[in-house]
Amino acid sequence: MNEVFQAIAMVSMGIVGTAVVLARDPLRQALILGVYGMTMIVTFFALQAPDVALSAIVVTSVGLPPMVLLALRKLREYRREHEE
Amino acid sequence: MSQRGRLLLFLPSAAVLLFLLIDGLQRLTGFGHYPGPYGFVLNGVGVNQRHATNLVTAVNFDYRAFDTLGEEFILFTATTAIVLILRHMRGERERPSGDELRRENASEALRGMALAFVAALIVLGGYVVTHGALTPGGGFQGGVVLGCAAFLVFLAGEVVAMKRVAPEKLLEFADAAGAAGFALLGIGGLVFAGVFFQNFLDLGKPGSLNSAGTMPLVSISIGIEVAGAFLLVWTEFLDQAVLVRSGGGGSE
Repeated sequence: MNEVFQAIAMVSMGIVGTAVVLARDPLRQALILGVYGMTMIVTFFALQAPDVALSAIVVTSVGLPPMVLLALRKLREYRREHEE
Repeated sequence: MSQRGRLLLFLPSAAVLLFLLIDGLQRLTGFGHYPGPYGFVLNGVGVNQRHATNLVTAVNFDYRAFDTLGEEFILFTATTAIVLILRHMRGERERPSGDELRRENASEALRGMALAFVAALIVLGGYVVTHGALTPGGGFQGGVVLGCAAFLVFLAGEVVAMKRVAPEKLLEFADAAGAAGFALLGIGGLVFAGVFFQNFLDLGKPGSLNSAGTMPLVSISIGIEVAGAFLLVWTEFLDQAVLVRSGGGGSE
């Protein structure tokens, strides 16, 4: 049973990871990156590594997205100002 | 570089990488078969030696605390670099922090949810930090959760209020004091037990909150540092995105 869980977690990690690369719009990419983090957390959990899973939760769901989103916002503003 | 030049560079390097990858994968031990003796030894003696029920924390904050010290200073250096790069440049000015910054685009539901979670997150963060030696978690994870509590104030649309809750000076101090505290605990081992990062405090009863000697203290100092570092990075990014605007003249 556990092996099935691990296999599902890892395969979904591969699928969502590919989706992150294939998404071309950075904003959409940032959102899919969050989903990818989720599959990664489930994989760590399936491999019985709760400490790593916790670290992954705080980095992928809390730590990284604000930085990416704020950088995107700044870029958009910069572009708008220079097109005017 | 031309399309053809790129391809000429890519194909040989991809072939070499593929070869190394396949070669390396074939030499790996089978899935789930841990070869080394180190983990088994630690699993056998860890609880008796250090009275910590979470051996991951025992490895991170005690047996291999020196490695963790290096990682702490990676975070510290990275944060310092971000603060340095995103400092106020000539020709940049801050937007007037008037009413436009308050409640910026935040719906009532988002505001309510975010503010309701602040207190809960502080409790959870404190719990994860202090129970590092007992259950999964520790200074890093708990520290980010603590930082997230202050960040929720921003998510509630209160940029100005977040700066009041977590002013930059305080964050810088927390970042530095946490890193210094961790290093000093290592020196404490050197002074009191003769070895850098030796666990020099009373180990206590395994499973109780006040056990595992220096580990809870290491965890707390890392928690303070990480909370400060993450909030500092977010604040700098936030300033750039929301407050700072490259003004006329002098810029670029």
